[in-house]
Amino acid sequence: MIAPACPLPLPHAERIVLGHGSGGKMSHDLIKRVFLPAFDNTALRAGDDGGVIPPMGTLRLALSTDSHVVSPLFFPGGDIGRLAVCGTVNDVAMMGAAPLYLTAGFILEEGLEVATLQRVVEGMRAAAEEASVQIIAGDTKVVQKGKADGLYITTSGVGMVMEGANVSGVNAQPGDVVILSGPVGDHGIAVLAARGDLGFEVEVSSDVAPLNRLTQAILNAAPPGMVHVLRDPTRGGLATTLNEIARQSQAAIKIEESRVAVRPAVAAACEMLGFDPLYIANEGKLIAIVARESAETVLQAMQATRYGEEAAIIGEVQASPQGRVLVKTPLGATRIVDMLAGEMLPRIC
Amino acid sequence: MPRSMRADNAIYRSSSLIQTAIEEIRRTVTRPWVIMEICGGQTHAILRYGLDQLLPPEIELVHGPGCPVCVTSLELIDKALEIASQPEVIFTSYGDMLRVPGSGRDLFTVRAEGGDVRVVYSPLDAVKLAQQNPNRQVVFFAIGFETTAPPNAMSVLQARALGLKNYSVLVSHVCVPPAIHAILGAADNRVQGFLLAGHVCTVMGYHQYPEIARQYGVPMTVAGFEPLDIAGGILETARMLETGKVEVANAYPRVVTRAGNQAAQTVIAQVMEVCDRKWRGIGIIPQSGWKLRQEFAAFDAEERFSVSSIQPSESPLCIAGQILQGLKKPPDCPAFGELCTPEHPLGATMVSSEGACAAYHQYSRGA
Repeated sequence: MIAPACPLPLPHAERIVLGHGSGGKMSHDLIKRVFLPAFDNTALRAGDDGGVIPPMGTLRLALSTDSHVVSPLFFPGGDIGRLAVCGTVNDVAMMGAAPLYLTAGFILEEGLEVATLQRVVEGMRAAAEEASVQIIAGDTKVVQKGKADGLYITTSGVGMVMEGANVSGVNAQPGDVVILSGPVGDHGIAVLAARGDLGFEVEVSSDVAPLNRLTQAILNAAPPGMVHVLRDPTRGGLATTLNEIARQSQAAIKIEESRVAVRPAVAAACEMLGFDPLYIANEGKLIAIVARESAETVLQAMQATRYGEEAAIIGEVQASPQGRVLVKTPLGATRIVDMLAGEMLPRIC
Repeated sequence: MPRSMRADNAIYRSSSLIQTAIEEIRRTVTRPWVIMEICGGQTHAILRYGLDQLLPPEIELVHGPGCPVCVTSLELIDKALEIASQPEVIFTSYGDMLRVPGSGRDLFTVRAEGGDVRVVYSPLDAVKLAQQNPNRQVVFFAIGFETTAPPNAMSVLQARALGLKNYSVLVSHVCVPPAIHAILGAADNRVQGFLLAGHVCTVMGYHQYPEIARQYGVPMTVAGFEPLDIAGGILETARMLETGKVEVANAYPRVVTRAGNQAAQTVIAQVMEVCDRKWRGIGIIPQSGWKLRQEFAAFDAEERFSVSSIQPSESPLCIAGQILQGLKKPPDCPAFGELCTPEHPLGATMVSSEGACAAYHQYSRGA
């Protein structure tokens, strides 16, 4: 036997690779290394999906932005247009705000069919109508053929923070209850299946949906200050989002794996690909972390709304180990789940 | 692993059945035993479900070299990187090979530098790409154990049948039995019993193992990948260890037969022949791999692209080799979780989700 050996680390510090856009650790590292030092301010440092503008009189505004580069443009349950509206509506809503106005920037690839653009725009219109927001400004750029994958959309949104709401990833407290609004993994698997290269069919639709009615129901159900965190587990999935909150709040989050719903089709696809549903993207789910005494009321209010019917309590916040997410396995053992590292890769066998 | 085998498996995850099996293991063992699960898929399942936490302290599980991504040699990865960098090439690979570092680069880097690197779910998809892109060279990184050999061999047969001149495979196949020989034959071996890899045995059967078991006096059990399969495999192995039986048991009979899948074996034998193979972190194990037969040399990427003068360089920090041989566990490594993490892997065992270090890190054991 020869002496064991290993290669040097590959931090990918010099060049952007796809993993930097995964929403996991590599994305966080990039933000910390490049964006935070340059733009440093209180709102950004909180590390939430949007920023709350310092109060102007009694007016508190929340602002967020989101870029969308999904391929294919159309997939079961939605399209890039619906995604672009819902993504920003949800980021604003997760700040405890009622989203009001959006802007939309389009990067179009030369050669794109106008009919395709019209279908996407119709998806945006319908989603905006459902969320009761207006798209009040926009911009269009066209790049040469081959320089973009059909079209990209960036949306920004502004909303009014609801009275008495103080919602942030830093607010989770030991004893709080963690509620999940429904089954995880639908969006990620639906988009992957829509690319058509899996070699098997998956009957699942993306869950992409505007969640502002749901967040409103949650905030209205609980007395002021009882809803501590609202967050939608998008890229990186439930595991990554819970890790973000645990780190922001310097607390531990413990969930029971058997309480996290996963649709059979999603579970089966994950089995085949070697994915863990806890890391698969969602676009119409949220995590609510609320004070224990309000948990039952909030849960019932969620279950009474369209996108919260399958809401369930999945765990609780603990004091330690700080910054960690613990998962009780169905066998009663405990494991720790970390953030998604880089890009999710299907396993070899 | 075969896709059809992994659906609808609730019964094999039944908490009460698993608890019963663990209780039976507890009643069976009277002294400490070291059992190695050879397959990375089993390592992953053990840690994911926390099976090791439930076992009696007498049973120590050590993790074997059964992760194909982890054991693919640095030379081969460097060759892959060089081939993938060539402008006429579409380099195709199973997903988790992309993150494995070669000497200073990985396939992600190649892609970021403009290389055409694509993840495919099957080598037959790569053949399709070759048909669709007659002016490009499509190369498939054919790595893996006996499990992936049949589709990889089949892709070569299909490319030949289609008369494709632009499809080739970079082969780094490895086989389980010679690795078990190497582990059990080492002077510092601690392994007293083996869980054999269910899906490797699905293809190859398990008729090669009784001789190895007898030679080293080590009982072995063919086991599947669900927690109940693994617990059952451990129970069977523990029973043999306690009674001094040295046999090969099959605790995965719903999938594995003694003779294996003859049709798959025929395809492998038609396309590939046994060769010495260098395992990353371990070294050369004689007769431990497969390469393309001479008559298929036209489909050998190493022949098609001149990449023979590569001098790889490894850093001495990581202990992947000792981990792959079951001599050490991931937390024993000074770099584990500090300098070496899944996003900044120092060693291959940290890269693949089936690698022992990655499994330990993901489920945060000893960190």
